[in-house]
Amino acid sequence: MRHIISILMENEAGALSRVAGLFSARGYNIESLCVAPTHDDSLSRLTLVTSGDEFVIEQIVKQLNKLIDVVKVQDMADTAHIERELMLIKLQAHDNMREEVYRLAEIFRGQIIDVTESSYTVQLVGPGSKLDAFIDALGSVPVVEIVRSGALGVARGPRGMLVPEV
Amino acid sequence: MELSGGEILVECLKAEGVDTVFGYPGGAVLHIYDALFQQEQVQHVLVRHEQGAVHMADGFARATGKPGVVLVTSGPGATNAVTGIATAHMDSIPLVVFTGQVHSALIGNDAFQEVDNVGITRPCVKHNFMVKDVRDMAETIKKAFYVATTGRPGPVVVDIPKDVTDPKVKVPFSYPEKVAMRSYQPTEKGHSGQIRKAVDMIVNAERPMIYTGGGVILGRAGDELTHFTRKLGYPIVNTLMGLGAYPSSDKQFLGMLGMHGTYEANMGMHHCDVLIAIGARFDDRVTGDLSKFCPYAKIVHVDIDPSSISKNVVVDVPIVGAVKSVLTEMIDLVNQAGGAKKPKELESWWDRIEQWRGMKSLEYKWSDDIIKPQYVVQKLWEVTGGDAFVTSDVGQHQMWAAQYYGFNKPHRWINSGGLGTMGFGLPAALGAKWAFPDEEVACVTGEGSIQMCSQEMSTALQYQLPVKIVSLNNGYLGMVRQWQEFFYSGRYAMSYMDSLPDFVKLAESYGHVGMRIDKPSDVEGALREAFAMKDRLVFMDFQTDPEENVYPMVPAGAGLNEMILL
Repeated sequence: MRHIISILMENEAGALSRVAGLFSARGYNIESLCVAPTHDDSLSRLTLVTSGDEFVIEQIVKQLNKLIDVVKVQDMADTAHIERELMLIKLQAHDNMREEVYRLAEIFRGQIIDVTESSYTVQLVGPGSKLDAFIDALGSVPVVEIVRSGALGVARGPRGMLVPEV
Repeated sequence: MELSGGEILVECLKAEGVDTVFGYPGGAVLHIYDALFQQEQVQHVLVRHEQGAVHMADGFARATGKPGVVLVTSGPGATNAVTGIATAHMDSIPLVVFTGQVHSALIGNDAFQEVDNVGITRPCVKHNFMVKDVRDMAETIKKAFYVATTGRPGPVVVDIPKDVTDPKVKVPFSYPEKVAMRSYQPTEKGHSGQIRKAVDMIVNAERPMIYTGGGVILGRAGDELTHFTRKLGYPIVNTLMGLGAYPSSDKQFLGMLGMHGTYEANMGMHHCDVLIAIGARFDDRVTGDLSKFCPYAKIVHVDIDPSSISKNVVVDVPIVGAVKSVLTEMIDLVNQAGGAKKPKELESWWDRIEQWRGMKSLEYKWSDDIIKPQYVVQKLWEVTGGDAFVTSDVGQHQMWAAQYYGFNKPHRWINSGGLGTMGFGLPAALGAKWAFPDEEVACVTGEGSIQMCSQEMSTALQYQLPVKIVSLNNGYLGMVRQWQEFFYSGRYAMSYMDSLPDFVKLAESYGHVGMRIDKPSDVEGALREAFAMKDRLVFMDFQTDPEENVYPMVPAGAGLNEMILL
């Protein structure tokens, strides 16, 4: 099963390589990975999407927690959460295709953020499944390139991920 | 007090109570060596190869329970140390390894003797650091010792660019008294509800088995384990790493389990109804085929590392905590419950176990003409009163040492269990001897393994470390040959050791005593003569049966009840 795992890490050099190294060394799968700073300078938040049965996911969470720089791990599947991913997709859009691409983008609530005589670049936000559905719906529209951010997740409700006290 | 980085490092070692550093100098660590040179409190042992330095510190750590400290230079100094670091990592041994690094300004430039130490060691350390500013040195070292020695212990590498130890750059120094890390807070105390649940299951067991590993030794919980086991009257087995945690001369002890475990240990595991796993990690050499492992058992598992629990075998009652603390609570609850509740079932369980024990799975065929390796280990036990520190390398001799040297105390059996590192035995023995100069230290090895770190005989002379090398020389890489005999129709690919050195002369050339022993009748005399030479390293080259095998054996992919017996 697909799991979104959120990780708060000490904002140290090499923190990302510890996570990436763990996944490759133990043969776990990473579908996507996204790292960025947070409102707390000392932390960075890493969101990764992986898949596996419950035992594999349990080990992944335990092994992540074992990394000394990891402050907090949360498997989003354990909680009600919202998933979002950003996709920038560049499509060939010639004369008779332009209208169709435009309409599809509208239907998926995407925005056209770059236009040339022969192309549209569409920005689309949503859960990964929605982005996949858009790509499927394109049918015969030729894709030039797809840039996806990887999924992000946040728990519903007023509380954030708790950083343990020292 | 204003100090340079090199001086700070030395002061930190003093503050941590470190009396010895094992190492080898080089360009990137010259400032540190200069600081070490100008004081006397912290001694330095100069090895002959960095791998030897790490194994020596490792042997020191396993014998004493204190962290071992290593200092090596950048580039090849660090890469040579990697095998030692990985060895310590697999067996959870606390080490702090300082590696030199090129000047900060040169990092990433492919500078002379530059290698990415942090990157190379990342998968085989508990944690690593690079000190980028001399002002961070003291806190980083404090954290390094804290991480190495707490929770599930392990090696920590501290990489130090040369400019950080520049003697001209002095900064205020004070050693932090405490360290607190929000991202690292190991659980010591077990969950009391889980402990109660476990004890309830344990005292009601009909066919119980206690299975313990290196965690009991690392957690210094030998006394608690012994008390717990005796109070219950249950059978106990140890892993290779756990030998000595429970006195092997005791009747409740069934021996080592796993691939070369005793018949009674493995059959007991297979047929038990409650398995009590303490400080052990269900390694593949222990479990055999997982699908056939302990098919009738409910499993309690106590371990300080949550990731060890349900990693290979899904358990019924997991308890995360330090084994000493958890066992202490368990003993109280067992006492409250009045001990084991099924004496009749337990009696018939012991009857079955005694039948398995009656198979005498460790018996071997005697020969008047050729030395049996098992006999050498048995005589070693007699000559040393069963009380020596025994290190080993890796292979058949390691298994024979584990099977035939009955360890009655923890910390006495020192071997590379997880990584299986040939070359470990001699330097580890030197580290143990350095820590305990008045105790007997024997390195049980073979003609293959000893050649992987034999250069440390030179270190032994320089520092007068008179260990006894018991080499079981069968002219083969014995364990490889055994597998080739069993599983490759006797095609002995590259397992025959041709062109061996004259080990007697080799020992003599290093300034030690060498002995060659050919006849079974000379074994005991030679051992007695060697151990009588208190202040000399003696290399005993025993010419043993070339085709002797280690029995019993659970072939890879078989269940523990599917042993090959002699």
